[in-house]
Amino acid sequence: MLLRPTKEDFRTIAYYIGKLIVALGAILAIPLATALIFKEWDMAVAFLLSMLLSILIGLLLQKLFFSTHDLNWSQGLAVTSISWLVAMFLGAVPLILSGHYLSYLDACFDAMSGFATTGLALIQDLDHAAHSLNMWRHLMMFLGGQGIVVIALTFFMRGTAGAYRLYVGEAREEKVLPNVIETARFIWLVSLVYLVLGTAALTIVGFLEGMPLVRSFLHGIWIFMAAFDTGGFTPHSQSILYYHSLPYEMITIVLMVLGTINFGLHYALWNRNIKELFKNIETRTLFISIAALFLLAVIGLTQLNVYPDWVAQFRKGFYQIISAHSGTGYMTIYAPQFPQEWGAMALLMTIFAMGFGGSACSTAGGIKALRIGLFFKALIQDIKRIMSPGTAIVTEKFHHIKDIMLGDKLVRSAFIILLCYVITYFLGTIAGLYYGYPLEKAFFESVSAAANVGLSTGVTDPGMPAGLKVTYIIEMWVGRLEFMSIFILFGLAVSRFTGARGRSK
Amino acid sequence: MKLITRYVLLHSLIAFVCLSVPALAVTGNDLVEDARFYDGARIEFTGEVIGDIMAREDFVWLNVNDGSRAIGVWAKKDLVKNIKTAGDYNNVGDRIKVNGIFNRACREHGGDLDIHAESIYLLEKGHPIEHPIGLSKIILTVVLFLILLGVILLPRFHKVSP
Repeated sequence: MLLRPTKEDFRTIAYYIGKLIVALGAILAIPLATALIFKEWDMAVAFLLSMLLSILIGLLLQKLFFSTHDLNWSQGLAVTSISWLVAMFLGAVPLILSGHYLSYLDACFDAMSGFATTGLALIQDLDHAAHSLNMWRHLMMFLGGQGIVVIALTFFMRGTAGAYRLYVGEAREEKVLPNVIETARFIWLVSLVYLVLGTAALTIVGFLEGMPLVRSFLHGIWIFMAAFDTGGFTPHSQSILYYHSLPYEMITIVLMVLGTINFGLHYALWNRNIKELFKNIETRTLFISIAALFLLAVIGLTQLNVYPDWVAQFRKGFYQIISAHSGTGYMTIYAPQFPQEWGAMALLMTIFAMGFGGSACSTAGGIKALRIGLFFKALIQDIKRIMSPGTAIVTEKFHHIKDIMLGDKLVRSAFIILLCYVITYFLGTIAGLYYGYPLEKAFFESVSAAANVGLSTGVTDPGMPAGLKVTYIIEMWVGRLEFMSIFILFGLAVSRFTGARGRSK
Repeated sequence: MKLITRYVLLHSLIAFVCLSVPALAVTGNDLVEDARFYDGARIEFTGEVIGDIMAREDFVWLNVNDGSRAIGVWAKKDLVKNIKTAGDYNNVGDRIKVNGIFNRACREHGGDLDIHAESIYLLEKGHPIEHPIGLSKIILTVVLFLILLGVILLPRFHKVSP
């Protein structure tokens, strides 16, 4: 039986959303500072205006709906799902003020794409965008990849049970460390260390490849943020092809792989537990999946004689597959080349790579390697059960940081999310078909949006129908939060009218 | 000697035929969406130099945007000595016309879709872009700041639940 949410429930939700909005407003100081440093005065005003607006709304919510209650489960999940929508609406304000968007909807699309680390973009004339605008676009990816709530947990909240509920709402069920605040801080520590190393590597390579030092540094930060957080935004319209550089591509491959690894695994590696890398079900699944999909994609590309040699197969074939599988969306080809040159086989393998996604508790999207691994383990277990004598008890276990018995409850929860993703992929495809796009393009783009990848066949364009833009925004949102917190949000809305009176725990 | 003369004559003829074939004027969209058709053809591509001119030993990479798409151009350094401004937030870049060979998947550059320039002409010099700040944005910012000050002074509306 659903309990009807009380006014106090809504008050608590509004209060915590207010806190998160103030945090978002404070972060806008970074692009504002960038605008001031590079004398981009019009953008400085745009960022100041957006910052004041965010802080104003956040403070108003906190003052009007002041609450001393800690968050219960449904409130925590509702706060997370609403916060992502509010972040989209507020994050889009500086984008629309930049003059690079045809409509506020387009700006909202890019804001959600940024926060959800998708990488599909509707920005116009990107090659003339301000440094501060690029800083904000890539920062949204960094914030979204880390988790907007994780940021608030790290800097604005003390250790409460409510903090854990917010954290789970952002599709991060696993606590790397026993305390959720410590987990959030560890996620930041890992990311900041890689930020320094990744930016340095990209800056040096960019400089050696002929870019001026300041620009190679800025590109280094931006490309790092979007690669490690498996986002996919770039400061130029040609994506990674802009650099025409093998070393640059190699570094982004390393960053994409690091970004797609579970933070639990990062923690194990930081503690020099290298064996975990080889034993973990996620890394094994990822390795097998990437190898198999790349092999099949290469067969497809070779049959059609798409690339002249193995170097090209690697720089185009492997790069696109790893970009798809990690959920990044960086490209070294042009979007129309997918449907026109790659052929059905390689295109389908790219769609599978996008749909499968990276690791759980990472910045990647998609179904996730852990769930794919569990699906196959459960399949093997069932085959063994059928082949064994009736009295035999067949058990299966897997290794994920520790040895875990494969139970029906675990398989069920993995399967529900897997099914939700597949349904979302198909619903988005139907929307694409409704608007007149061919099947392969509609399917590709829908999976790319829902799995938060960002590769495109060219469907994502400022001229695409508004209904499809809204569909992809919803797909990006539900895909990033992995459904549950959004179901809870709708459950709360429904139970407001149909639920029984009482207070939820 | 006769053989050498024939060889030189034949190659001169081929070079003459190739050079006398008029270059196809194309857009970035043409090249990307009909790449197999233009592969290996001598083309003429006009657009604005954007971003960076990246030096690689005796050559450079530059990206040229014609409004439909930006395409990578591989050129000898001496071909780009007249190019001074690349387009960015502050500037409209130099507008150039590139004549060269189009590669759908360049063997020399890891399968990149690119143009190997044979000649580059500067059509129009780049110029700075003005970014005026709208008065309405400034007024709105000031108003928001004043409201924010008011909200900070506002008391909390705390309704204690039973």
